Amino acid sequence: MTLLTLTSLRKQYGSVAALDGIDLSVTAGSRTAIVGPSGCGKTTLLRLVAGFDAPDEGRIVFDGQTLADGSSQVPAHKRGIGIVAQDGCLFPHLTIRQNIGFGLEAEASVKSARIAELMDMVGLDAAMLSRKPDQLSGGQQQRVALARALARKPRLMLLDEPFSALDTGLRAATRKAVTDVLTAAGITTLLVTHDQGEALAFADQVAVMRAGRFAQVGSPREVYSRPVDAATAAFLGEAIVMPADIADGQAKSPLGVLPVDDIAYRGKAQIMLRPEQVTVSQAGGHNGGEGASGTIAEINFCGPTSDVRIRLGGDPQGFSFRLDIPSRETLFVGDRVTIGVAGAAHVLR
Amino acid sequence: MTSTTDTRISIAPRHRLPAASSWTLTIAVVVALLALLPLGFVLWAAVVTGWEMASQLIFRSRVGDLLANTVLLVVFTIPICAVLGVALAWLTERSDLPGARFWSWLCVTPLAVPAFVHSYAWIGMWPAFNGLPAGVAISVVAYFPFLYLPLSAAFRLLDPALEDQAASLGLAPFAVFRRVVLPQLRLALCGGALLIGLHLLAEYGLFAMIRFDTFTTAILDQFQSTYNGVAAYMLALVLVLCCFVLLGLEASLRGHSRYARLGSGVARRPKIARLGRWKYVALLLPAATAAFALGIPVLTLGRWLIAGGAGVWRIDEVGLALWQTLVICLVGGLATTAAAVPIAWLSVRRPTRASRFLEGCYYLASSMPGVVVALALVTITVRTMLPLYQSVATIVLAYVVMFLPRALVSLRASIAQVPVEIEQAAASLGRSPGNALLATTIRLAAPGAAAGVALSSLGIMNELTATQMLAPNGTRTLAMAFWALTGEIDYAGAAPYAVLMVAFSLPLTFLLHHQSKKIAGR
Repeated sequence: MTLLTLTSLRKQYGSVAALDGIDLSVTAGSRTAIVGPSGCGKTTLLRLVAGFDAPDEGRIVFDGQTLADGSSQVPAHKRGIGIVAQDGCLFPHLTIRQNIGFGLEAEASVKSARIAELMDMVGLDAAMLSRKPDQLSGGQQQRVALARALARKPRLMLLDEPFSALDTGLRAATRKAVTDVLTAAGITTLLVTHDQGEALAFADQVAVMRAGRFAQVGSPREVYSRPVDAATAAFLGEAIVMPADIADGQAKSPLGVLPVDDIAYRGKAQIMLRPEQVTVSQAGGHNGGEGASGTIAEINFCGPTSDVRIRLGGDPQGFSFRLDIPSRETLFVGDRVTIGVAGAAHVLR
Repeated sequence: MTSTTDTRISIAPRHRLPAASSWTLTIAVVVALLALLPLGFVLWAAVVTGWEMASQLIFRSRVGDLLANTVLLVVFTIPICAVLGVALAWLTERSDLPGARFWSWLCVTPLAVPAFVHSYAWIGMWPAFNGLPAGVAISVVAYFPFLYLPLSAAFRLLDPALEDQAASLGLAPFAVFRRVVLPQLRLALCGGALLIGLHLLAEYGLFAMIRFDTFTTAILDQFQSTYNGVAAYMLALVLVLCCFVLLGLEASLRGHSRYARLGSGVARRPKIARLGRWKYVALLLPAATAAFALGIPVLTLGRWLIAGGAGVWRIDEVGLALWQTLVICLVGGLATTAAAVPIAWLSVRRPTRASRFLEGCYYLASSMPGVVVALALVTITVRTMLPLYQSVATIVLAYVVMFLPRALVSLRASIAQVPVEIEQAAASLGRSPGNALLATTIRLAAPGAAAGVALSSLGIMNELTATQMLAPNGTRTLAMAFWALTGEIDYAGAAPYAVLMVAFSLPLTFLLHHQSKKIAGR
């Protein structure tokens, strides 16, 4: 069942089109991530759904009710949509108890029980209830913000980069906690982030956004392994993109003849490989012999992995690509290597 | 063994301030002691008078009347100012009121008109208007900018994300204002209300002109007519206690909450409310405020100037008063700013418990009404150092005590903007500490110091009470001349002096407005 439908949403700030025709449909109970570089319009999109701003054109339909359609819009406080902002946005003048109970309308005892339940749900100690937000760590503040938004039992939860202000270790843990809570509560979620790893790990559906438009919408696996274009491919992770001649499900590329995922395609096109499809071994080694060969042109030791640039063939101006390889491979600049490829290359049209 | 010795050597000097700091601290302490002289004097007078005499002088109906007047004045004026200030600040900062910027300037401009000139203007318009209603009405128009200024700055600084968040939690716009916006205005409300309260307690001219008795007018009457020292001291004691009550109230209402935005990054620009068809109704409020706070002084002054014609501009007298006023403002402003330098530097560069305590002393001292400061300095100089009585040094000291915080605020803000690393870089390039300070921080903080001089000069120019009691013989500032002429019912003759005071105060008032915008980062 579709819970939220966005149709041809447009929003202009001066001469800049922040949103340039956005279409999206979100299934009830699902998790959708909108991922894109800063300034691509993803926060604007979230603000329109929350009701903080009005679209210039287009419709927002939530659970059968039109929330906004260019001419009129339902104000934010009547939408029943929860939001957790980037830095939690807790009310600095209120205690944690007052923050969580802020949107609750119930008699004191019911309210108090609900607040305790929410604190438990987000994994915070009830002893924190009388503290002020500035006495909590960043991760704790985010959990309070989530509890506050959950208090009103929203059908849709908007997460506006809620983990980006946290440091790396805390980010993964908080993300896991938030995902678990939302899944357990069965709440449909829309996450906005610039972190592709986060989007892929969090969502059932990923929308890749660029310059006010969705470049691609699909499952995490689909957008990662079958991106629509080179820019989307590069945004979602490291990609080796090369020119190729394609016919009968085979591509003639600088890395030799590779199988492709588009059997029908014929002609010249760009193909893409993800680095994890590529293996490198010393030429003449025990698993060498198959595949193309190249030379190590550059190597940077980065601890567990080393960042190497491999040049194909003998031409110093020839095709080259970067790759992270495990540091246990004892390779040096100038070494000859054999390059293996697993799986099919993706044809970028 | 060597390592232990080394450790001891490196730890020991931590507890001691460097020589430059200790000198600065010494000067700051001396200034603080001088500033606390009036307060100390009042307490001393209370002790010397003894309980029996004091209770006779304090527990009498006259004091009860004065207390009732004071309480009523404060209780009516401050809430009206607060409501007016919040409404005007919201309209000019957060709504699409036509000409919001223009109205915002008009809301600050009444500060350029000395309170007693407001009073003069009102009785010029309505001669029979007096007593409590007149006191409250004139106080509101004269002092509401003290609340408008911090409130409009606070509105600019509010993080709109909190309001969005509250709306997403189901609050309608008015509930958002009541539960999220209003609590965040608390600091501005408390600070502005305190300032107005202290002005109400300290003001003389405004209330004397409409024959509304307060402690300040009573003390001055006593001082001028009967010279009854002890009675005046006891009234001063009650007045000081009233100040303490206000300070205590403000401190307890202000609380210790944090109101700043949590988290990183810069807040979005606040959303502007669309007034729609209410736009023209809303315009009535700033228009009416401007009419009362500026229209009445302009009309009355204009009428008297026309009635007086060219004859009231007696260039020799007006010119002399202007010259004397400018000299005393400049000397007083420079002295006040210079006195603020040590504590400003300490509180930014070496903030310690001692520096915070000293700063508290300055604020406490400056909250003493001018009449108390003057009474104390008159008595002290007459009793111990007669040559200093009615000398330039004494009146300048009074100004330093009364206006030091004005200079301190500007100075501290500008010193804080100069990174200490610049001072350290100068030292690493071979400058001595004093030299490094002079070449870097002091030069870069100069605009702040200039603003400090300007703001304290503004206070001095419009100061009447202490100036009258302490001015050296033969001095006649603009405020004194204006007051003397209105006392002789020569309203036309007084008009040029009022016009000059307003004309010189205007640019300084605009500076104040500009500073409040800058603090808000816009």
